[in-house]
Amino acid sequence: MAVQVRIPTILRSYTGGEKAVSGSGGTLAELIDDLDGRYDGIKARLVTDDGSLHRFVNVYVNDEDVRFLGSLSAPLADGDDVTILPAVAGG
Amino acid sequence: MLRLPADIHDKIVAHARRDHPDEACGVVAGCGGLPERVIEMDNAERSPTFYRFDPIEQLHVWREMEDRDEEPVVIYHSHTATEAYPSRTDIALATEPAAHYVLVSTRDADEAELRSYRIVDGAVTEEPVEILPG
Repeated sequence: MAVQVRIPTILRSYTGGEKAVSGSGGTLAELIDDLDGRYDGIKARLVTDDGSLHRFVNVYVNDEDVRFLGSLSAPLADGDDVTILPAVAGG
Repeated sequence: MLRLPADIHDKIVAHARRDHPDEACGVVAGCGGLPERVIEMDNAERSPTFYRFDPIEQLHVWREMEDRDEEPVVIYHSHTATEAYPSRTDIALATEPAAHYVLVSTRDADEAELRSYRIVDGAVTEEPVEILPG
């Protein structure tokens, strides 16, 4: 099951500069594990130690915010388009 | 050094004034490091002490910039009760090392304070702002 993942500038150090990579997984959590196997360390930038999606990382599946799709349990299907964007936020 | 056309400076300040006492936030898109197009963003937090770009609006704006070969040259937000200097949260959450982080303080009703910074790996460096006529 292949999905395309768009990587933000800040995380391209993990992907050798690639703006988009392909990955696989039936859920977002599985996809992130798959990516971490090839791009060591990327998972820690997306998922907290207690296993939830980082509050200030936005992930979209086919342009929908995964927070409304089950977060890390969001289901993925072949051909889905996943976009990662760091939140722009502050105080 | 941030070279900011006067009309863009005025738009950022006007946005900050309009949303006061909540924080205002937005982007100035451009090519080759030149700030060209002000995009006012919704502050999803609607808060006097915090801001966050609405996630779906951010996705659309980032896609649009990509399609136009633009980058977020400036990321701006306002502080409504304190000086125009990045807060600890601003520094911790900064993720665009190539962007100019612009802060506007609206604490003084008569005088707007606009300052610009680079924020890279937790290090803040203030830079001069040159206002270009036109």
